Amino acid sequence: MPTPTQHKSQNREQDVLLEAKDIRVSFGGHTVLSGVSVGVRAGEIVTLIGPNGAGKTSLVKVMLGLLVPQSGTVNRKPDLSIGYMPQRLQIDASLPMTVRRFLQLGTQPGQGKTLKALEEVHADHIANSPMQSISGGEMQRVMLARALLREPDLLVLDEPVQGVDITGQAELYKLINAIRKDRNIGVLMVSHDLHVVMAQTDHVVCLNQHVCCAGHPQAVSRHPEFVALFGEDVASTLAVYAHQHDHHHDLDGHVVGDGCSDDCQHDDDHKKGHDHG
Amino acid sequence: MDDFLIRAGLAGVAVALVSGPLGVFVVWRRMAYFGGALSHTALLGVALGFLIGVQPGLGVAFVVIAAALMLGVMNGVKGLALDTLLGIVAHAALALGLIVTAMIEGVRIDLMSYLFGDILAVSATDVWWLWAGALVVLAALIKLWNPLLSLTVHADLAHVEGVPVRRVEIAFMVLLAIVVALAMKVVGIVLVTSMLVIPAAAARAYARTPEAMAMFAALIGIWSVGMGLWASYTYDTPAGPSVVVAAAGFFVVSLFKK
Repeated sequence: MPTPTQHKSQNREQDVLLEAKDIRVSFGGHTVLSGVSVGVRAGEIVTLIGPNGAGKTSLVKVMLGLLVPQSGTVNRKPDLSIGYMPQRLQIDASLPMTVRRFLQLGTQPGQGKTLKALEEVHADHIANSPMQSISGGEMQRVMLARALLREPDLLVLDEPVQGVDITGQAELYKLINAIRKDRNIGVLMVSHDLHVVMAQTDHVVCLNQHVCCAGHPQAVSRHPEFVALFGEDVASTLAVYAHQHDHHHDLDGHVVGDGCSDDCQHDDDHKKGHDHG
Repeated sequence: MDDFLIRAGLAGVAVALVSGPLGVFVVWRRMAYFGGALSHTALLGVALGFLIGVQPGLGVAFVVIAAALMLGVMNGVKGLALDTLLGIVAHAALALGLIVTAMIEGVRIDLMSYLFGDILAVSATDVWWLWAGALVVLAALIKLWNPLLSLTVHADLAHVEGVPVRRVEIAFMVLLAIVVALAMKVVGIVLVTSMLVIPAAAARAYARTPEAMAMFAALIGIWSVGMGLWASYTYDTPAGPSVVVAAAGFFVVSLFKK
């Protein structure tokens, strides 16, 4: 008879929508990712954070099948429907396209469905505007609407608040969170903006070519490698709750280090204590 | 009206009908120079066609498609920009075409008619070929329309949404190569790109959707053919260049549309 813990972990295995295992990617001899493993479960928001050049977008591309890794595997739940929101989308000025027409590119939904998706992201007022005329925040919402029209099991969002002002950022993250709860879908997100993103995330993966640390946002924000990457100030404002470690860190050794080291392997500890329901 | 003029009109309309809707993608994807490079390889196709003894049109289609696929592969060559590679392939192929043309014994190829087109000399068979080619390309383009549009907007997004990006891109290049081979008959190798780019660019000012822009481009192309042939008939100007100048006129007019 399985212990409760084992039983729970079995369920979690079954819920995994998309999972990368031991991914290694290098471009022209320069290693971008090594030994990286990340998984997203239904109803869970997983956020990838890390400095520029940490390999966040590369990892997302590997998980989406856009980039073939040198080694490692990507497992995808059968018939998984993914709604993808790329980092940047700029339509050539020579291409006339309204928001409404843009939404009909990925799937062929009826007018009613198209408008409903726009309403869901609070952008129905720009349905007939040219794509080149809408603001950065509106563009992100429109892309989110296009992703939602696919009725996704998983949303993959690469820097979803790029080009959006501070108030808009918080709104957008709230919207993503609400959509996740409404539809009970998984969300994999790449982000720079630590402050806002932490509040809306279940599981944070701090990436700097390898997984520095991973777990609940508060725990990660106190992790020495995180502190080393983002600085003491950022870390202290993020660490709302005390980090409950069951093991020790050589703080001095890590903090002054030049980025991540490889001896940070307490990811599992966080997962056990964290119920994704 | 003279028969040759009717044939010229029919040939021109067939080409305009496909070069417009395909040309909008050339404009959207910023591939004007790519189209130009492909057309430069066409002369090699003409020469090879003569050499092997097949229809020049088939030789052209074959060589241009091969060049398009080769450029598609070469796009991945590191360290050199695509326009450099295009410049190499286009001019090497043109030079090679001129050499082969000069070396073919027994046949005198009228170089001028290939370089600048000879629409007034198209035969009834040519017209049939042009219409058959145009309709096939048009049918294929309609089928490819949505995936091609989707990957033009964002290739990665299209890929995630299930568009077979690589296959659609190759199909597009093949269609482009066929249109180059068709348009060569009307405006000649040197001016082929103009039939792809100018009507499409002129249509931009009037269109609010991609589909409308494609249709306007076809219409503007057809009007250009009509006006060019009329000018050629009335004032004895060279026909192909007159068509191109008429299209450029439409473009200038479109600039004043607010």
